[in-house]
Amino acid sequence: MKNQENHISSDSTNWTVLLILLILTTISILAIKIHLGSFTVALALIIASVKVTIVLTYFMHLKFENTLLRLMVGGVFLLFAIVIAITFIDYYFR
Amino acid sequence: MSSTEHSELIDSDTGKMGMWLFLFTELFLFGGLFIVYAVMRSKYAEDFHHAALELNAFIGATNTVVLLVSSMTVAMSLTAIQQNRANKAIGLIFITLILAGVFMVNKYFEWGHKLDLHLYPGSDVMRTLPHGEIMFFGLYFMMTGLHALHVIIGGILLTVVIFKIKSGKVHQGHYLLQENGALYWHLVDLIWIFLFPLLYLIT
Amino acid sequence: MTNSSTSVPLNYLNHQTGLWSWLSSTDHKRIGLLYMYSITIFFCVAAILGLLMRIEKIAPGQTIMSAQTYNGMFTIHGIIMIFIVVIPGLAAVFGNILLPIMIGAKDVAFPKLNLFSWYVYITGAFLGLYSQFANGHSPDTGWTFYVPYSAEASSNVVIALTAAFVLGFASILTGLNFIVTIHRMRAPGMTWFRMPLFPWSLYATAWIQILATPIIGITLLMVIAERTFHIGFFDPALGGDPVLYQHLFWIYSHPAVYVMILPAMGVVTEIFPTFSQKPVFGYVPIVFSSMAIALVGYFVWGHHMFTSGMSYESRWFFSFLTFLVAIPSAIKVFNWLSTMYGGSVDLKPPLLFAISFIFLFTIGGFTGLTLGSLATNIQLHNTDFVVAHFHYIIFGGMGFAFFAAIHYWFPKIYGRMYNFKWANISWGFLFVGFNLLYFPLFVIGIQGMPRRYFDYDPKFQTGEMLSTVGAFILIAGLFMMLANLIYHSRKGAVATANPWHGVTLEWQIPSPPPHENFDEVPVITRDPYIFDNPQTN
Repeated sequence: MKNQENHISSDSTNWTVLLILLILTTISILAIKIHLGSFTVALALIIASVKVTIVLTYFMHLKFENTLLRLMVGGVFLLFAIVIAITFIDYYFR
Repeated sequence: MSSTEHSELIDSDTGKMGMWLFLFTELFLFGGLFIVYAVMRSKYAEDFHHAALELNAFIGATNTVVLLVSSMTVAMSLTAIQQNRANKAIGLIFITLILAGVFMVNKYFEWGHKLDLHLYPGSDVMRTLPHGEIMFFGLYFMMTGLHALHVIIGGILLTVVIFKIKSGKVHQGHYLLQENGALYWHLVDLIWIFLFPLLYLIT
Repeated sequence: MTNSSTSVPLNYLNHQTGLWSWLSSTDHKRIGLLYMYSITIFFCVAAILGLLMRIEKIAPGQTIMSAQTYNGMFTIHGIIMIFIVVIPGLAAVFGNILLPIMIGAKDVAFPKLNLFSWYVYITGAFLGLYSQFANGHSPDTGWTFYVPYSAEASSNVVIALTAAFVLGFASILTGLNFIVTIHRMRAPGMTWFRMPLFPWSLYATAWIQILATPIIGITLLMVIAERTFHIGFFDPALGGDPVLYQHLFWIYSHPAVYVMILPAMGVVTEIFPTFSQKPVFGYVPIVFSSMAIALVGYFVWGHHMFTSGMSYESRWFFSFLTFLVAIPSAIKVFNWLSTMYGGSVDLKPPLLFAISFIFLFTIGGFTGLTLGSLATNIQLHNTDFVVAHFHYIIFGGMGFAFFAAIHYWFPKIYGRMYNFKWANISWGFLFVGFNLLYFPLFVIGIQGMPRRYFDYDPKFQTGEMLSTVGAFILIAGLFMMLANLIYHSRKGAVATANPWHGVTLEWQIPSPPPHENFDEVPVITRDPYIFDNPQTN
């Protein structure tokens, strides 16, 4: 049935990934205590993006999928970013 | 092959691509709400800060940890089925379901507390709040509500997977359904990873 | 598998009989026909509503209906035509019937999901109808559901919103199915650039379907939440922003225009080479222009909102991008004309419809640029000029392409041939009626006639009356065409496998195709449009 071997992630990999995610969560909770002004939102979003990338890459096995799928996922996030940016051409200048 | 039934077992790459495309539509479904959030937050930065203080960041953080762990257990269940350890796979999915339940119970108390304070859209208290806070709570209920709905759907999907593993339809040689169920569950996690800082960690 | 009672070989139409064998079939060709029949019925309903509206406007003042009835009627006309007829239109009908055959596959990637999406579609369609007749009065917001009115109107808006949401879901599932089908199911040897251009256009369309539709889904949910829970995202009294609704609505609904027109372009791109017996001119530019239209078309939504109070920078940006979309569209027009140039052009009914597509689409396209430039838009916004423009694109473009498609693939679908003379006559009625109906609206629109009014200043009467006369001619042509097609789908002369001497894969198999399309999996060894034996008929 299967025409190619699927990658099997070991349990230890999964544990490591979880650990990193929890550390990042802790950082983002602690980071709000530091007053960085408007940069706080940016920092929170950057950390969230890193976490999402990790989940996509390891838990969702994107690292082991073909390039096409990775391009699609990247393209979809890029498209959404562009849409937000274009919407803000209106709101930022209004 | 020449029977009237076209569909044999759908091969894994085809099925997975279908699931990923579906996840894209889910991302854009939430994307619409994120656009509203971005616009409203840029408009009412102060109000959002005040309103967010009403949220219990501890519950939010707990639920984040719960979902992250559940994401790992479902990923591990996939490893287990690939290694032909069906019972371990079932156990791990079961843990995932319990964690989903914990998440929902937390959510229940969190929402219940808001309702006790009459902090829900259209309430008498809500009408007295500044505009930005009304927007914040509207978004809070809409986003977490839609997300909770996805937790429930994901839970149902994973329950089906357990039964399919038990009946032998999902096994080491063909575990597409479990893969897709896991992908869906990770999506639920992904959305929450963004929701948590945007709703609970505002300064 | 032997069936001795009939001499007709088994095909997808007769290998199983009975209503249930249709309603439970996962055969992409049967599902395509299910879509076609449902779409045709809804199209006729909405066309009749359109005719009634035109009759109302034959003279100033109230003639046959009240203002409220008129408001309900243009709303439901819009909802049916846009969400139930045009958006699924070509992709769900001809895409379903032909996509797998044209890429050499037995079926789409997920046949059961395909059938499921038809059921979702039909549920949404009936919900849409129900919103019209449920107690309370029919929705009167226009198909755009603009807030704040849609959040306050006492009519059955929630049902109509739910209908649009459900229909969007069906559209997503079809798009998802097509993308996976094209990626995973192409016959051996059919590389991306050996794929015919109709599948290419469906591919571009499908991406828009899955990436734009969810946005309208959530937007409609937000309006429902606004009405039921008073959330107020779009209500200025609670701090919301009505313009934000327009942004979200058009983030979907502008790309949706390309969901309508891209497959239409794909259809005529198949027709021109066949009836010129000449390879399509500029295959690669056509492919890239489809993808470019899909991509850039995603970023131009704001040109519907030039008068809504957006920032100046934003209006400038959207206007500029709108002009950019014209480039790939023009590339296509150029390629179609060049395909015919120097070919042995055979003016059969499908080509007639395809050529009128170019004519009408070009008028629609140019008036689109008129609306896309900021200064003229302010004058023309919300006038009948806009109504004329989008009917030229949607009906003149997508509608005529649909007629072209059915006349082109009819012998393949039914194994029979329609009457050419009647096809030509009905084309004449449709073409004349269409232009008489919509062209005067450009003129009175420029003169200041607003859209969506059931009454008008007597100075517009000439234009309004001409338009109503055109509507009658158009409807007459429509029923002539339907009669010709329906009658000959059963009684027409038996068609050969390849009556037009086409070269794409669907013409290499019997008419109607067998249940499994191909007896053996085809192997593709060359480009799609190579005509070995130029026909001299």
